[in-house]
Amino acid sequence: MSLRSPLGRALGAGSAKEGVRHWWTQRLSAVALVPLAVWFVVSMLSLPSHDYATVTVWMGQGWTAVFLILFVLTAAWHSQQGVRVVVEDYVHNSGTKSLALALVTFFHAVVAVAGVFAILKVAFGGAV
Amino acid sequence: MADRPLSPHLSVYRMYRYSVLTSITNRFTGVVLSIGLIVLVYWLMAAAEGAGAYERALGVLSSGPFKVIFLIVLAAFSYHLLAGIRHLIWDSGRGLERAQSQRSAWLIGIAALLLFAGLAWWTHLHWAAGAAGRP
Repeated sequence: MSLRSPLGRALGAGSAKEGVRHWWTQRLSAVALVPLAVWFVVSMLSLPSHDYATVTVWMGQGWTAVFLILFVLTAAWHSQQGVRVVVEDYVHNSGTKSLALALVTFFHAVVAVAGVFAILKVAFGGAV
Repeated sequence: MADRPLSPHLSVYRMYRYSVLTSITNRFTGVVLSIGLIVLVYWLMAAAEGAGAYERALGVLSSGPFKVIFLIVLAAFSYHLLAGIRHLIWDSGRGLERAQSQRSAWLIGIAALLLFAGLAWWTHLHWAAGAAGRP
């Protein structure tokens, strides 16, 4: 039997190779997160103290800010993709599923934007 | 509904297999790390607010319940990192034979425990130093 939809057959359109996008970006973000997450955890544990002065000076250093932003964005991206699959697998009611997926996406957007905003504000000396 | 091929239902699988355990643990630790991301952004936003807000946030983050959360997140990180690397190796087409996969399941389990022990010890040193330095 054919698994193609009637519409797909009528249009005669082939695969747009979009099917692997989620799979591929999940791997891409995973590969990026290996060094970024290890760097972040080691950095946090290497800081002599977590008081305000130490942390803001550390965050303000150019490469620290850059890698911190990359880490937050990549982690939010990877997390969104992972939690999305969890919702898709365990929430079966289609209305609830759509709502949950929308909330997961909005929530991760807030996390990513807030994280980047906070790092840039500290890095540019906006936090006094 | 039934005129298309359906995947066998979950109940046909033996749920105590190592492959089921490593898979669900990777998923669960991933969700834990997503929650850890919220704590990270809370901490970053506090630093962006200024010294007063940061001190208040640090007070919350160094409380007992948050120390437990940090240890849980570190444990989740230890496992998810190694299990993720195992998945990436699988994706390259290597290590998929049953014996290899059983061996790597044991390997990442033990390595994750060792990694967590090391990270927890390092964290403990931090907390001990912080407690000593506090007035």
